[in-house]
Amino acid sequence: MKQFIAFCESFGSALCMLGRSACYINTLPRQFPRFIEQCYMIGYTTMPIVTILCFFIGSALAQQSGYSMENFGAKQFIGALVGLSMVRELGPVMVAILVAGRVGSAITAELASMKVYQEVDALVTMDIPPERILVLPRLAAVLVMMPVLTVIANLCGWYGGALVCQYTKSISVDSQSYFAVLKRFMTARDISDGLLKAEVFGFVVITICCHIGLSTRGGPREIGASLTKAIVTSLIFILVLDYFINEILI
Amino acid sequence: MSTADPAPLSLRQTVGITVAHLTKKFANVTVLNDVSFEVRPGEIFCLMGPSGSGKTVLLKHIVGLETPTSGQVRIGEFDASDPATRAKVRLAFVFQAGALFNSMTVYDNLALYPREHRLGDEKDIRERVMHALSILSLEKALNKMPSELSGGMKRRVAIARALVMEPQLLLYDEPTAELDPILGATIIEIIATLREHTAVTSLVVTHDRSLALSIADRVAIIMDGRIRAVGVPEDFKRTTDPVITNFLSPLIDLKHPRFKQLENDHE
Repeated sequence: MKQFIAFCESFGSALCMLGRSACYINTLPRQFPRFIEQCYMIGYTTMPIVTILCFFIGSALAQQSGYSMENFGAKQFIGALVGLSMVRELGPVMVAILVAGRVGSAITAELASMKVYQEVDALVTMDIPPERILVLPRLAAVLVMMPVLTVIANLCGWYGGALVCQYTKSISVDSQSYFAVLKRFMTARDISDGLLKAEVFGFVVITICCHIGLSTRGGPREIGASLTKAIVTSLIFILVLDYFINEILI
Repeated sequence: MSTADPAPLSLRQTVGITVAHLTKKFANVTVLNDVSFEVRPGEIFCLMGPSGSGKTVLLKHIVGLETPTSGQVRIGEFDASDPATRAKVRLAFVFQAGALFNSMTVYDNLALYPREHRLGDEKDIRERVMHALSILSLEKALNKMPSELSGGMKRRVAIARALVMEPQLLLYDEPTAELDPILGATIIEIIATLREHTAVTSLVVTHDRSLALSIADRVAIIMDGRIRAVGVPEDFKRTTDPVITNFLSPLIDLKHPRFKQLENDHE
């Protein structure tokens, strides 16, 4: 019960932080350099790992589905399976997990150390709301970069799958028929659903990481504890939200 | 009928502080217990007390980082716990550890306040920052990161950052702590000079007896969360209160029971 109350308090406090951040949305144009810096942090630095991982996820998916679908004589549909799985599920979820691990952890560590070393208090005494310069640019940046990263993740996954299909002897589906099937079964709705999920995940991850970072109290030891809490909470939220968003979208 | 909010103070208007029956409890621990005192506009007021007596918590109430359990803190006519007060009164807080923004250069640390509050174009801001840096002889540290600075320089940068704000109220938390005597004396000089030039109201929380008794207009001593005495420095030089005398000029008596206890523990 105590834990449930603590969770409700944290949830409410995170919503308040979002509300306060939204109040400063008109300051975003003059925070452009900060926004660009965060776009670089969230987008550019995460891109290599997204590219590599999603390429191999697509490859592994094609490998496994090629092996299974051969039994049903349906291996010509591998393109559709890999394409739809990447676009609707794996792309957004993997990007969100990578953003949580790569960027979310860095954000929590930075904000938690700012809190512990009284930099956040210094901002408050200077009448500079922390939500304005620490939270808002990150939220705006994640909303811009998540679709970009997800599109890259999807393309890498598709091409990873196509390569495996073409060059694995037991599958041997050429790229042209792979992409033809993919195109036939893919709709604009599938893509937009995937991008919407990515936006929601990214927004939630950055909100959680900022909130936990700014709620840190105590000394340097608590920075580590906040980091763990932020990553675990983000992963739980990504997977639970994934289920509920699927329920709504399908 | 509700009364209208007092108008924001003009830039040159100094401001006083009124602490009235302030009590603060964290869980079951009472850190501040019915604390009342007044800081007059333009004076240097030193708040002294042993470690754990509630000095920093009191300071945090004045800057609005903590809210009282009961009682009130007013800055001029404004309630210190109201976030809107910080927009009406320019108050600057020099943190004990400096609290400089580690991801920014010294210049950006100082320029943050005027940039965020749009107090002029970049040229004006640069002039303002350079002026503050020159007062504290920090021109050479302009492009350094806080991690490259010594403890004394960090403290001076923190004071410079406060100066850029052109504050009406300047609060120092242990400004000479962990500094060698020469640097400590420099900081004391800076605090006195700033008041002379800007007439800013200064509240200094300190352990440092020489600081308090040399530059303060008035001194308060806080012990166990209560104000023990308030007066001018001369009052404290000739006080007969044994607790205050012991705090200001502690005598080390190795036959005191506390040392005997330590000896026994060691054996």
